[in-house]
Amino acid sequence: MEEILFFAAALGALGGAVGVVLMRNPLFGVLALIVHLFSLAVLFLLLTAAFVAAAQVVVYAGAVMVLYVFVVAYVGDEHEPAWEPIPGQRFLAPLLGAALFVELSIAVLGSSLLALGTDGPDVGPGFGDPAAIGKLLLERFLLAFEASSVLLLLAAVGAVVLAARRRESA
Amino acid sequence: MSIEWYIVLSSLLFAIGAMGILIRRSPIVILLCLELMLNAGNLALVAFSRMVGNQDGQVFAVIVMVVAACEVVIGLGLIVAIYRRKLPLDVDELRTLRG
Repeated sequence: MEEILFFAAALGALGGAVGVVLMRNPLFGVLALIVHLFSLAVLFLLLTAAFVAAAQVVVYAGAVMVLYVFVVAYVGDEHEPAWEPIPGQRFLAPLLGAALFVELSIAVLGSSLLALGTDGPDVGPGFGDPAAIGKLLLERFLLAFEASSVLLLLAAVGAVVLAARRRESA
Repeated sequence: MSIEWYIVLSSLLFAIGAMGILIRRSPIVILLCLELMLNAGNLALVAFSRMVGNQDGQVFAVIVMVVAACEVVIGLGLIVAIYRRKLPLDVDELRTLRG
């Protein structure tokens, strides 16, 4: 059962990722990314990270993607021109991507982490649920929590400054 | 499922995202590919947290999500500003910086 779920979610995640890269229309790219994010949420659930999965669905697939859809609708779905500034870019880039994947796999699988081949240790029923993560966020990682709230405020102010209509119309 | 599968899947997703950034020229699609790479990192973090049996990696993943949301907000603000000034939405043509 776990294997079936893993392979279904992995196929969804890979298909969504390939769709983002290959879709001509940015709106379809955004929809492919939503499929990818939902599949990743399933993978997080399989890894007993319930809170991260819920945050993924609510924050990412819900809020952030709506932002993308609005901006794509505002800017309009422009199709890319066929002109290629660097000759052979479309052939070299997949080659470099494949090289990056091989290198990452060698780095991870060649490491002497013995627990990599196992399912991980047995964890209790409370592992990764909102109560446990919230306790960690408010106790051990309080500084990171507060810093991220300041970062969110800065980003909101920055977006308003960047996208505001200038009166002098520069 | 052993942890290896998750790690290999995450590096595959990261490579696809990096490839997308190299291939595409529309800034919106480049932002989407950046999301792919950040999510691949998140998957690796959660997988390693499961491997060790420690929840710290999951907290790290949540914070990465916050940073990704900030990056999206700023990036989309820049795209809207570029569009308002009637500049081309193509990263190869947007190569001069002016104050």
